[in-house]
Amino acid sequence: MDFFDHLPLLILLSSLIPGLVIFLLREESHGLRTSLNLFGAVTKLALVGLMIWGVYHEWVSDMRWQITPDLELVLHADALSVVFVTLSTVLWLVTTIYAIGYLEHSPHRSRFFGFFSLCVTATVGLALAGNLFTFIIFYELLTLATYPLVAHKGSAEAVRGARIYLTYTLGGGVLLLIGAIWLHTIAGPIDFQERGVLSGLTQLDPWTLRWIFLFMIIGLGVKAALFPLHGWLPQAMVAPAPVSALLHAVAVVKAGAFGIIRVVYDVFGVEYADALGLLPFLGAIAAFTIVYGSVKALSQDHLKRRLAYSTISQVSYIALGAAILGPLATIGGIVHLVHQGVMKITLFFAAGNYAETLGVHHVSEMDGVGRRMPATTLAFSIAALGMIGIPPIAGFISKWYLGMGALQAGAGYWVIPVLIASSLLNAAYFLPILYRAWFKPAAEKWPKEKPQSGRWEMSGALMWPPVITAAVALLFGLFAAAPFSPLEWATLITAREYSR
Amino acid sequence: MMNDAIIWVIIIPLLGSLISISWSRYASLTAIISNLLALAASIVIVNQVYQSGPFIHELGGWQAGLGISLRADALSSVLLLMSMLVVSAATFYASSYFTDAVKRARFWPLWLMLVVALNALLLSGDLFNLYVTLELLSLSAVALTALSDSRAALQAAIRYLSIGLLGSLVFLAGVALVYMGYGTLDLLALSNKIDASPLSQVAFGLLTAGLLIKSALFPLHFWLPSAHASAPAPVSAALSALVVKVAVYILLRLWMDVFDQVLTPLSAMLLGTLGAIAVIWGSWQALQAQRLKLMAAYSTVAQIGYLFIFLPLIVALPEGSLKDAAFTALLLMALTHGFAKSAFFLSAGVIQQYCGHDRIAELAGTARALPLTTFVIALSGVALIGLPPSGSFLGKWYLVSSSFQAGQWWWVVVIAVGSILATAYVFRILGYAFGPRESVGRVLNGGRKEIPALILALFATLILGFGSAGLWDFVSQHRYFPGS
Repeated sequence: MDFFDHLPLLILLSSLIPGLVIFLLREESHGLRTSLNLFGAVTKLALVGLMIWGVYHEWVSDMRWQITPDLELVLHADALSVVFVTLSTVLWLVTTIYAIGYLEHSPHRSRFFGFFSLCVTATVGLALAGNLFTFIIFYELLTLATYPLVAHKGSAEAVRGARIYLTYTLGGGVLLLIGAIWLHTIAGPIDFQERGVLSGLTQLDPWTLRWIFLFMIIGLGVKAALFPLHGWLPQAMVAPAPVSALLHAVAVVKAGAFGIIRVVYDVFGVEYADALGLLPFLGAIAAFTIVYGSVKALSQDHLKRRLAYSTISQVSYIALGAAILGPLATIGGIVHLVHQGVMKITLFFAAGNYAETLGVHHVSEMDGVGRRMPATTLAFSIAALGMIGIPPIAGFISKWYLGMGALQAGAGYWVIPVLIASSLLNAAYFLPILYRAWFKPAAEKWPKEKPQSGRWEMSGALMWPPVITAAVALLFGLFAAAPFSPLEWATLITAREYSR
Repeated sequence: MMNDAIIWVIIIPLLGSLISISWSRYASLTAIISNLLALAASIVIVNQVYQSGPFIHELGGWQAGLGISLRADALSSVLLLMSMLVVSAATFYASSYFTDAVKRARFWPLWLMLVVALNALLLSGDLFNLYVTLELLSLSAVALTALSDSRAALQAAIRYLSIGLLGSLVFLAGVALVYMGYGTLDLLALSNKIDASPLSQVAFGLLTAGLLIKSALFPLHFWLPSAHASAPAPVSAALSALVVKVAVYILLRLWMDVFDQVLTPLSAMLLGTLGAIAVIWGSWQALQAQRLKLMAAYSTVAQIGYLFIFLPLIVALPEGSLKDAAFTALLLMALTHGFAKSAFFLSAGVIQQYCGHDRIAELAGTARALPLTTFVIALSGVALIGLPPSGSFLGKWYLVSSSFQAGQWWWVVVIAVGSILATAYVFRILGYAFGPRESVGRVLNGGRKEIPALILALFATLILGFGSAGLWDFVSQHRYFPGS
């Protein structure tokens, strides 16, 4: 299958080329820019559909490009990369539509959409990376592509937030790089492999491997916002809403979490990592971050900041899933990669809509917002309930599998309390918002209301994306057992990671 | 004709220089044509080495020892190609840089003389010719620095001249000692003769000291920032990217090929340590710099430091693929820096001419007014930091892995800190450049100035980052003359 070998490259080019062309467009060529964006997004989606089909039938897709005698650029599609690629591609399409609506009259749209496309290219690239070297290249590119997006508004606050973001992520990048090079010098090139590369190399010194693991987890933990490396995430909230949505649901935070999964499962091998005693360490950090993020979220009045702390907490479920030995926990972690993405992007779209239409930025200003913007608020509510873990929304599935996995691995005595505590805290910071939105009477006047025009509560490009993603979150929970659902796919991956 | 490319690459710019003195009206055209021809000749030379290995050309058929011999191998031919690419791009740039007719008339003959010196130096096969070409290089570089006739530039040029002369004298003393002891200056002959004796050790020390001054290794870097920062932009590009680097080239040549019996791990460690200090100190000064070109000059001090960190590692690693990899990585770092720093200086020149100054704190709006140039600054900044995709990313990758392999992990800390500081100084500029201002420019403002810089920056990043696989084989196969 020659075409199938080139599929990963085509998937990259489908956003890279439109991105580069968009940089050259004049500000006014709105129509051309929009069609390029949508054309790229739809093409990518079609190509990813092909890829899902191929990987399901275990066709091998593998492209190599020699960089130096012992370093290769490898693009490779396996079941795990398909999860992340699909998530990014679908959410990119939705976010592009949203961003077109959101940035309608603001300056520098060409620059914005150019970097936006580069950002997705880097995300998809690190999903398709077939070895550690390639992963790191795209990991650093992602940092570079998101920096201008965070700084986009150009205000002193935005530049400051972007600088903090850059300091954290590039600092982490250096540690990840050192860990990876160290690993190369003792173990040779590291091609990602189901059940791990290192588990087959028994002559390596365990303490060296533990140090390397530490370096790499710190490097990845910065993007995944593990405590105490999460400080950049609340600062990066100054970015425009579509960027925040992408950052929290797909691109940056998920890149870190995805990297942790790769390192645990496909570099060390989960059983070997457990034998080295690394999993309890990772599990403890993840568990602490889950509770810490939720506690911090309680006291935030700024809606986006509350959501940011919620992300810190929720993304750590993925790391937690990786840190518990056993297939059910693995399924829980991987499926949460998708579920958290769909739910969190809904929340950020909704937050952006409140800010854009009514000027509402704070939780305390949200009284009665449900009657003024029912569709947006309905989407927000579904996603928030999903985050708490109420069935039948997707979030419930993740928590169920994590809990069952912990029991299966005999780690129930500490994981179950963490899950319960976190769900209670989730409820404590989300339910008051829902109560205010639906049941409290609205204030006389919104902080900064835009005149209503047309049939809907706001322009369709802004209203439909959260409605769609909320519906998806609901469907993922309702039809979790259907073929090609995230849960089924996570089960497929897990079967490949554990079977011998 | 094709076999004589090694002569043409020196003769053509020399003729060009003479023509541009006589017919200054056609000087820039002459310079462009002669540089493109010399570029073609350098490609032919690389191809000759690739096809049939390193070779020697004896001028006029006189044997080595009597006549002048030119030689080309993997190291020198690749550096030659890089210099010709940089010089050609800078020539296109310079053809629309000078507005003053008098300056233009002075610039071109000197510029072409600089090219002659560079090429002759890289192809020289004996110590005396290395000395002569090094001297010629310094003199034309000083004269070019003095072209921007501000008081600061003149002071810098005088300082550059005197320190350069000191370096040359020390180097010459080393050459004389070698001749006294061994009766020949031919590098190939010397590489078989030199043994560890007090005389060869003193000569080695003197040669090295002279070259350390020329290559501006900390703490002998003090002359560099003012000279590189005050020269006209195309000159700064050549000074930082090439003139400093060929001194490092001679040092490498002597250390690796000629005096390999004399050098001790301790001396390599000493230079590595100075290199490490240069990385930290240079990067820190670059972060403090108030002007764009001064920042770039300090960044050169730091980047040269990286090259010296390789020395103790190459000495410590066992013969074979690990040593070869470290050596090639050094070369890759040098090439990347050559392209990236010249692109940076050319872009800084565009900004300086557009804004009328190069004060970093007042660069707000540059990104909007000069998008392409800002992009080039960012791209070359990526290469200076060592982020992917750039040649220096690969170079640093091997620098770190060689440190682990040689058991000298402390360099890793230096590289990490240096890279973080480099990130800080590059993004500091970009942070200011993206600041708000009203004027909105077109993507391309001055093609003859902006496109050469873009091409150089692409060489530093995409081409060396993704397309340098062939370099590794080329260097490991054609580094040595057969039998030596």
